[in-house]
Amino acid sequence: MSVPTHIQIRNLSVSYGDQAVLKDVSLDIPDRRITVIIGPSGCGKTTLLKAMNRLLDSVDGARVSGTILVDGEDLYDPKAEVTHLRKKMGLLSQKPQVLPMSIYDNIAYGPRIHRLGDKREIAAIVERELRSAGLWEEVKDRLHEPAARLSVGQQQRLCLARGLAVEPEIILGDEPTSALDPVSSRAVERRLVDLKADYTVIVVTHILRQARRIADYVAFLYLGELVEHGPAERVFTEPQDPRTRAYMTGEIS
Amino acid sequence: MRTGGRRAIEEGIFKVLMIGSTALVVSSLILILGTVVVKSLPALRLSMLFQTPKGGYYLGKEGGILNAILGSLYLAGGATLFAVVVSLPVVLNINLYARRTSAFATLTRFALDVLWGVPSIVYGAFGFVVMMSLGLRASLLAGVITVGLLEVPIMARAMDEVMRLVPLPLLDASSALGATRLETALKVAVRQALPGLITAVLIAFGRGIGDAASVLFTAGFTDSVPTSLFRPAATLPLAIFFQLGSPVPEVQQRAYASAAILTLIVLAASLAGRALARKLRRNIIK
Repeated sequence: MSVPTHIQIRNLSVSYGDQAVLKDVSLDIPDRRITVIIGPSGCGKTTLLKAMNRLLDSVDGARVSGTILVDGEDLYDPKAEVTHLRKKMGLLSQKPQVLPMSIYDNIAYGPRIHRLGDKREIAAIVERELRSAGLWEEVKDRLHEPAARLSVGQQQRLCLARGLAVEPEIILGDEPTSALDPVSSRAVERRLVDLKADYTVIVVTHILRQARRIADYVAFLYLGELVEHGPAERVFTEPQDPRTRAYMTGEIS
Repeated sequence: MRTGGRRAIEEGIFKVLMIGSTALVVSSLILILGTVVVKSLPALRLSMLFQTPKGGYYLGKEGGILNAILGSLYLAGGATLFAVVVSLPVVLNINLYARRTSAFATLTRFALDVLWGVPSIVYGAFGFVVMMSLGLRASLLAGVITVGLLEVPIMARAMDEVMRLVPLPLLDASSALGATRLETALKVAVRQALPGLITAVLIAFGRGIGDAASVLFTAGFTDSVPTSLFRPAATLPLAIFFQLGSPVPEVQQRAYASAAILTLIVLAASLAGRALARKLRRNIIK
């Protein structure tokens, strides 16, 4: 698939202590598509995602080798500015992690630390992001209430809006619907599909049906190895590797 | 005897022990408060609160302890401020900058635990040495530094306990938005832990304002209200100490009145802190 890419993973290996979690992974992530990383639990999916915005830095004993190039810039270059790299990527975690502040401040947090505007401009960003997350009508009268009072589904949409408020290029989702009810899950899925028009989206999931619903490009990880990757249609209909086939048919999970 | 019977007896014995211990704790609180209040009643007058002593170093029967009330508030207030300025960076360092389980963090916690156990008279002696080497004499400033040092381990360990409970994914969420560690520390971690941090500050304040041994050689004593950091300051614990040592019953009653006032100050601070913490708890992520 010869689409442009600005994320290139080259020979990435990650280990925790002496346990290898990712082994020599190389992958180009296509721009403005949804790339879904699938595989059984413990295969290194989340580690791969965390490596992409250097959240592994705060994990005890994690060692990373290889390179991840974002716009040609090596993420693990000691001179790279982490905060700048992370700003390019919005992260949606398994459990929504709202910040201990009001709904308004949750969205305004990123724009404020990156000085994206004055008070009025930030208010405009907050409204815009809440509207496009479909939350505005639900929360416009209680913007200054704690975000923790929202339902879990609303919290996850708030987290997505918060990530988008810093104008990222890439959206990383780490099983972003696993804590949600089916209706909220679908809402988040639809939102991700809408977003691929403007963003590169990478989602980790262990739900195959979800992968089939949203994926344009699929990467299958098994025991830390990148077994197979390609356009979703091809990987789902005619997987090349026997391990991928076994996973698709539910023999390994 | 059936084992069921033996186990029922064990259960019974332990219940008696639990009820007895709980009763002891609650009744000692009531007894302490009761003793202080009852014994202080003859001496408790408004003049105690609003006048300075007449008759030299509290030993007269007239006047009040305004000098010691203000002295203690200034001293413990200053010391608590000093302790916050030292404790917060230590706690943020071992929880957010260094890894929570790193050797460095463990060593820091160990040091704080040992310092916590150091008797306050030793802080007093140490403060005295520092004071002399700086060319200071017994003064409010020397007292603030000594009591501040005494408060640091108490405050830092109590802050550490709440900071450790801040979930790591929450910190990651802030980092993922491109926040620096300092921004994450001050805007997210401190905010999440704020009610607990306030409690930590109050515990340390309570310890600081009530401690006599550390101020004995460092803050000095005086009959006048403190006006300068470089002059001696009176404190409530020492007022109690001197008055209780007097053979005159009326002066002893004044010691209990001073103790009642000190207890009330600690109680008021702790109630105000609880109310504030409850107000701030609304934003916390559970």
